[in-house]
Amino acid sequence: MELDSKCPTGPIETRWDRHRFNLKLVNPANKRKHTIIVVGTGLAGGSAAASLAELGYNVKCFCFQDSARRAHSIAAQGGINAAKNYHNDGDSVYRLFYDTVKGGDFRSRESNVYRLAQISLNIIDQCVAQGVPFAREYSGYLDNRSFGGAQVSRTFYARGQTGQQLLLGAYQALERQIGTGQVQMFPRTEMLDLIVIDGRARGIVTRNLITGSVESHLAETVVLGTGGYGNVYYLSTNAKGCNATAIWRAHKRGALFANPCFTQIHPTCIPVSGEYQSKLTLMSESLRNDGRVWVPLKKGDHRPASQIPENERDYFLERKYPSFGNLVPRDVASRNAKSACDEGRGVGESGLAVYLDFRDAIQRLGKPVIKERYGNLFDMYERITGEDPYQAPMRIFPAIHYTMGGLWVDYNLMSTIPGLYVIGEANFSDHGANRLGASALMQGLADGYFVLPNTINDYIAATKLEKIDTAHPAVKEVESQVACVTRRLLEIKGTRSVDSYHRELGKLMWEYCGMSRTAEGLQHALSKIPEMRDRFWHDVKVLGAGEELNQSLEKAGRVADFFELSELICLDALDRNESCGGHFREEYQTAEGEAARDDDRYSYAAAWEFRGVGNPPALHKEPLSFEYVHPTQRSYK
Amino acid sequence: MRIILHIWRQRNAAEKGRMVRYEVPTVSEHMSFLEMLDVLNEDLIVKGEDPVAFDHDCREGICGMCGCMVNGVSHGPLPGTTLCQLHMRHFKDGDELYLEPWRARAFPVVKDLVVDRTAFDRLIAAGGFISAATGSAPDGNAIPVPKENAERSMDAAACIGCGACVAMCPNASASLFMAAKIAHLGLLPQGHPEREQRVVAMVAQARQELFGSCTNIGECEAVCPKEIKLSVIALMNREFLRAKWTGRAGLVDD
Repeated sequence: MELDSKCPTGPIETRWDRHRFNLKLVNPANKRKHTIIVVGTGLAGGSAAASLAELGYNVKCFCFQDSARRAHSIAAQGGINAAKNYHNDGDSVYRLFYDTVKGGDFRSRESNVYRLAQISLNIIDQCVAQGVPFAREYSGYLDNRSFGGAQVSRTFYARGQTGQQLLLGAYQALERQIGTGQVQMFPRTEMLDLIVIDGRARGIVTRNLITGSVESHLAETVVLGTGGYGNVYYLSTNAKGCNATAIWRAHKRGALFANPCFTQIHPTCIPVSGEYQSKLTLMSESLRNDGRVWVPLKKGDHRPASQIPENERDYFLERKYPSFGNLVPRDVASRNAKSACDEGRGVGESGLAVYLDFRDAIQRLGKPVIKERYGNLFDMYERITGEDPYQAPMRIFPAIHYTMGGLWVDYNLMSTIPGLYVIGEANFSDHGANRLGASALMQGLADGYFVLPNTINDYIAATKLEKIDTAHPAVKEVESQVACVTRRLLEIKGTRSVDSYHRELGKLMWEYCGMSRTAEGLQHALSKIPEMRDRFWHDVKVLGAGEELNQSLEKAGRVADFFELSELICLDALDRNESCGGHFREEYQTAEGEAARDDDRYSYAAAWEFRGVGNPPALHKEPLSFEYVHPTQRSYK
Repeated sequence: MRIILHIWRQRNAAEKGRMVRYEVPTVSEHMSFLEMLDVLNEDLIVKGEDPVAFDHDCREGICGMCGCMVNGVSHGPLPGTTLCQLHMRHFKDGDELYLEPWRARAFPVVKDLVVDRTAFDRLIAAGGFISAATGSAPDGNAIPVPKENAERSMDAAACIGCGACVAMCPNASASLFMAAKIAHLGLLPQGHPEREQRVVAMVAQARQELFGSCTNIGECEAVCPKEIKLSVIALMNREFLRAKWTGRAGLVDD
């Protein structure tokens, strides 16, 4: 299969403009004759559904939660990047582009990233107009703060709830369209399969989570904005419901899956406290603006933080990376925290934590300023741990947070199945091997508000589709396959719960395909996963029936998909014999322990084709070329 | 520690429900309330009993999906805290807790502790937005917003739409939820062009959904996990009167 990224050529500054001009349009009167399905209502899905409806398309929008406002974008805390240069500190579209390509460790497409940086400007304008209450200065103008991987202040924020406020903006725009009837909303409805007819995406099969009824929905195009797959690891900062089912089932229907091993570990999460732990809570990266990361200089130093004198503390990020200090990118910060713990210098009961200390910032700025900046995060920390971070430093440890990999898409955001678009975290396109902080919100909204509504017209205008209805044999076939999987899960009647299997898989993945990976470990994981999957399919215990609200059944379907996806993640990690960004292979590191890329052999996006469960997938490579930002070893020293 | 739970069990909207007693003998003080329910469910599944259905998602207090009454109080005893962020260190060995779903006519029970809150979405669809179609926005700094207004707007915008206020209100009024949205948008200059239509349409929709009226009791403020202040309701009332005096909304005749 030839992967055509459809990236424009020529001067990068005008690529998106010229590309847009060359795309076909659909005239306003014709738009209302077309239906678009949007799955997911996060920043990407929600903004896309609203914007497509504003254009005049009929939109059918789906989410598994009880309301479109609950999608996990809501939990993003720190902020959203935009190259506004409101602070006159040397920022520009080009610098945001440069930082993002470099931050992604040279594994993303230059054309996509440049477009993202350009659109970042429009996003802020759009969100302000919708009433997002961004932080302001006393002048009344917008305030900014700094984030990891950048030396300028370009992050716009709404306290520690930026994701919530941006999502509510998109949600309210969506509700406005629901109110006018332009969008038909299906909450508590989960997509369980993709309908492909004559090689084109034509609809989805869903399960109504309250009644259990399996239904088909047809359209001219299908858009997936269903988020990432971090929950493969069981413990992650994702919401409990986040899952890979929509993208995985689309993958099984022919959409290639790109760079699955590019997973992001966030350095500042609250550490695990026990076996019952159901999720990990993130402490925003913005805390690293004022918090200092340290561990005791000596191994096994169990004194409380307050009794460790200054000269016996190791501020390891400031020591190793003097120019970026505590604001190094996430992958670098996480790996350094892990090595400090591996050396036996970790803190807390488990020894799996490092300190994030605000003592100096509180002395310098006073408690009220710190409270104003991070009050809600400090409160959250205290609620969860029972400790007061104004008095003693926070204990933090890295956790799975985001997945850069996802379904392969071209510059138009279309997957390898014509008519299937993938936006936001669900696609692989913009972050390369590592995402910079405050860039996920930017990408989700760029895709949904500004990219997709421009590119989708081209496909609709150029494609003549045969009329179909739900009686079509291909539709019936997919419906019966979905019903069959549900029946199978209910009929196993084994001995162990879905969660217990999920936890087992998560532990294996975290151990062998987490923060650092080895060929040997990955091979071990690859030998264990099929065996575990087999046990799951013979021994899982799902009670109740398919025709009712059945939360165990919902989970079972998602975990079954994780069992297949995890194998692909390990395979991709094993195949990529280099270290880059979030993918750190212990065999490939520099003398100083930094990630060693191999640009000669691995400067490509690895797009995998499904060939049946248990069969090796086929690898297709999209070569990456860098005309503007030349690959160098990333240095934050 | 050992916790005794009495949980409302109801198979579906059509069937009658009842309280059922359970014991969780191995609760750690570091567990969250929902993790305790996970442990109970794990045990029920192994025993072959139907696990307790409850809504939850982010488990970090921001998605607004979780919540139930704990001993008659929305989200339990800790102020400013959602159920998922409530930790068991606030309870003691042998405590008996009564868990019920949100009680309101506008929030029918779906199963066990799960209710249908789509009425909230319809309130927003009626007017809880600023009509700024994608692409039509001026530069973000074109309209300065006084810091104080932006802060007050953000205080109100922090609402997570969980429904605790409705469940706690003796009138099952959605006033705090609606008013939070009206304050969030109304305190910003961007929200001014539609302020009259917004308040009138949302209030009319609330009546249709059979939410009750506000009688200034304040239970909503007391249980709000985001500590939204009762004063937003006063602001909503002023906006409503203003809309009627100016007559610009032209949408109601009462």
